[in-house]
Amino acid sequence: MATPLDADALDIDPLLDDPATRIVVCCGSGGVGKTTTAAALGVRAAERGRRTVVLTIDPARRLAQSMGLSELDNTPREVPGIDKAAGGELHAMMLDMKRTFDEIVETHADTDRAKAILENPFYQSLSTGFAGTQEYMAMEKLGQLRAGDEWDLIVVDTPPSRSALDFLDAPGRLGSFLDGKFIKLMMAPARVGGRAGMKVVNLGMAGLSLFTGALNKLLGAGLLRDVQTFIAAMDTMFGGFRTRADATYRLLQAPGTAFLVVAAPERDALREAAYFVERLAADRMPLAGLVLNRVHGSEAAGLSAERALAAAENLEDGGIVDREGGKVLDRDAPSAGPAAPEDGSPAVENPGHPRSVTTLGRAEKTETTTETAERTIAERTAAERTIPDVRSATDRTSTDGSTRDDGHGDAQGGEGGRDGEESRDSLHESRDGREDSAEVSVLAAGLLRLHADRMRLLARERRTRDRFMALHPDVPLAEVAALPGDVHDLDGLRAIGERLADQSRSAGPR
Amino acid sequence: MTGKGGTGKTTVAAALALALAHGGRRTLLVEVEGRQGIAQLFETEPLPYEERKIAVSHGNGEVYALAIDAERALLDYLQTFYKLGSAGRALKRLGAIDFATTIAPGLRDVLLTGKACEAVRRRDKRQRPVYDAVVMDAPPTGRIARFLGVNEEVAGLAKVGPVHNQAQAVMRVLKSPETAVHLVTLLEEMPVQETIDGIAELRAAGLPAASVVVNMVRPELPGEEQLLTAPGRTDEIAHAFARAGLGGARRGGRAERLVTPLLEQGREHAQRVRLERVLRAELSAQGLPVRELGLLSEGVELAGLYGLARELRGQWQNSGADAAGTDGKHP
Ligand SMILES: Nc1ncnc2c1ncn2[C@@H]1O[C@H](COP(=O)(O)OP(=O)(O)O)[C@@H](O)[C@H]1O
Ligand SMILES: Nc1ncnc2c1ncn2[C@@H]1O[C@H](COP(=O)(O)OP(=O)(O)O)[C@@H](O)[C@H]1O
Ligand SMILES: [Mg+2]
Ligand SMILES: [Mg+2]
Repeated sequence: MATPLDADALDIDPLLDDPATRIVVCCGSGGVGKTTTAAALGVRAAERGRRTVVLTIDPARRLAQSMGLSELDNTPREVPGIDKAAGGELHAMMLDMKRTFDEIVETHADTDRAKAILENPFYQSLSTGFAGTQEYMAMEKLGQLRAGDEWDLIVVDTPPSRSALDFLDAPGRLGSFLDGKFIKLMMAPARVGGRAGMKVVNLGMAGLSLFTGALNKLLGAGLLRDVQTFIAAMDTMFGGFRTRADATYRLLQAPGTAFLVVAAPERDALREAAYFVERLAADRMPLAGLVLNRVHGSEAAGLSAERALAAAENLEDGGIVDREGGKVLDRDAPSAGPAAPEDGSPAVENPGHPRSVTTLGRAEKTETTTETAERTIAERTAAERTIPDVRSATDRTSTDGSTRDDGHGDAQGGEGGRDGEESRDSLHESRDGREDSAEVSVLAAGLLRLHADRMRLLARERRTRDRFMALHPDVPLAEVAALPGDVHDLDGLRAIGERLADQSRSAGPR
Repeated sequence: MTGKGGTGKTTVAAALALALAHGGRRTLLVEVEGRQGIAQLFETEPLPYEERKIAVSHGNGEVYALAIDAERALLDYLQTFYKLGSAGRALKRLGAIDFATTIAPGLRDVLLTGKACEAVRRRDKRQRPVYDAVVMDAPPTGRIARFLGVNEEVAGLAKVGPVHNQAQAVMRVLKSPETAVHLVTLLEEMPVQETIDGIAELRAAGLPAASVVVNMVRPELPGEEQLLTAPGRTDEIAHAFARAGLGGARRGGRAERLVTPLLEQGREHAQRVRLERVLRAELSAQGLPVRELGLLSEGVELAGLYGLARELRGQWQNSGADAAGTDGKHP
């Protein structure tokens, strides 16, 4: 089925193969799969022949290990196990933000000055704890890798910030903070003049010194002095943080850079993705597309959640309790003959063949079934009671199930007539064989409930995606199926890359 | 309430505030990261820097909410201790307040924890606590020990005076049995690892790590293990499907065609559940109570939130442990 609203599919391979593509940035809110996607793209690009480096930030431990990264390290290392037949290579590194910062200082200041800065307590808290330093250093490192011109392709992961925009905003924020009025003012309290000075005069020097006094108390007396010394040293050293941040920002606008916004098919993640997409457009940054990661699909999408639930209930309820007596039947009770539909309430579990079903149900009941099934129902009820329409939806299915049962609206619609006969056949087989253990009923009911859950999840993901696509119809989209386990080895990364590239078989029916 | 981003920290904090309000109590839900997550969750306007009622719990309890703004809190703080008057606003215009709250991440944290502790200690005219419990949607697991421990550093820096006293008072509350730090996690590798690291850091800092809340737990499937171990029982399952009214079990019939994809889904699920079991065991080894909240496959709307609150209340009642504080009557 085509992607709704005619959104373009995102073509990953041409993007990775194009020699003009030099930087791919994977961004998005935390936990959506940025690091995984970046690593998967790196593996794929390398195995398709490009000399690639992946700059990862904060990868899961096992993923890092599988790429041969055992610790923070600012030098790219070659990733073992990559197929180099096509002439590519993969190198990877894990950003060490403090080390990157230290290197900036060391490159730009003479030894004594550098030493003074590195030992400055304010520098130490800035380089490790400041919100935004990680983003700033990621940009810085990207700038360095690009300047070296050693790589065909640089794939960049972005820091695990809550908001995708932080990657774009934080460096500038840090820059303007460090270049800010107040800092300048504090650095030169004696040279008060100009507009900032006027404000201070209006404010009253008393107010300012009261404030700095208060800060000194709050922060410890030495800190403000440390800040002043630090800023002075940095400022003369390389012309301000702002300038530096701006330069890297321009690099991101250059042709040859491609942004991939990664998101999970969830409301919050897609809201972030939407902000990011709008922001990229506003800043004229090249968006390659949206990667919708961890999308669920089903090979049995023709079976609706409602029908699956109704069927599961059939299996669970079917003849467990002798409704006339209200008692559980003895497991040794001889198989009852075809039972009459219960008092007044027709056995709607399986409209069309109510009697056969009741019979069978009775024939196979055991204590175990009852217990397990009841426990399952209780658990489910707990899980579902917060979803107001589940029960009623199920009831609805039961009563108008006869239409659904024909397979209308199902992928397999059109063979309803024949199914009736098939069912009867199979029922006869079962009655003879008796190999249908209670266990199988429980298992089958479980599978159906699982499927119902899956279908509901799928519907919700689809709604969320469609809302995004309606607002951003021009954004090319690639979907990546949720793998059953975590992704922590090269094979897992290859599987992700495969899914990214092959959108026809991405996450099953859309 | 802490947790790795995206694990449901805000959701679980809100559910706990609702649960603790049960039975005519009053709770305060505090947000400190300026995300307006609470407002989004309760589908209301963005919260101002002001306590206001946002929900009524089952049994007539009240939940108030507050989004603490660090800059405003600093102004209040300076006002209280230094009587800055209108100079405060001028400082703000100049960027001085921004400067101060950014320059030392610690200062922000002092202000945020200070404000929350003030709410904890606040009394009404009859000297009774205004709030029966204060639930904070705190910073993520990776930062929690530092966030809560920051006042210790401040008390050390400012040796005497009002700042010192305030910092000490905050630490007294945080380290007392009145405080409980709960860690929200998913049964996934990274959040579990962060949770284990977070517990160790909290303990090292003398802060009360109290429990782990595993969120978005998938239900186990009866007969789960068979899916991984036993060879396919395609025919039997096809018959069961047929009995359930899903079409004929004949070879190639509709019921049979459902078997393979559904079994595959079941196998994936079983594989996931097996992985989760390993992670769950790692969490249990931490020596803290572990509670679980189910995955709501329809997502968390308001109804879902109340459901989670009920779930939490039930679990706390059963275990007899405290969600917060020494007050045994709390859920
Ligand atoms: N398509 C996928 N299927 C299954 N698990 C995935 C998938 N993508 C990512 N993951 C898992 O999700 C977790 C978070 O992914 P990660 O790439 O570290 O996110 P981010 O970098 O955005 O925070 C990891 O444990 C990873 O293995
Ligand atoms: N038990 C749950 N079942 C289903 N979805 C959940 C559950 N708990 C949280 N969520 C969803 O997960 C997402 C992240 O939750 P949130 O509370 O915002 O996390 P955090 O504050 O840790 O970032 C939200 O979309 C939320 O609705
Ligand atoms: Mg990451
Ligand atoms: Mg949150």
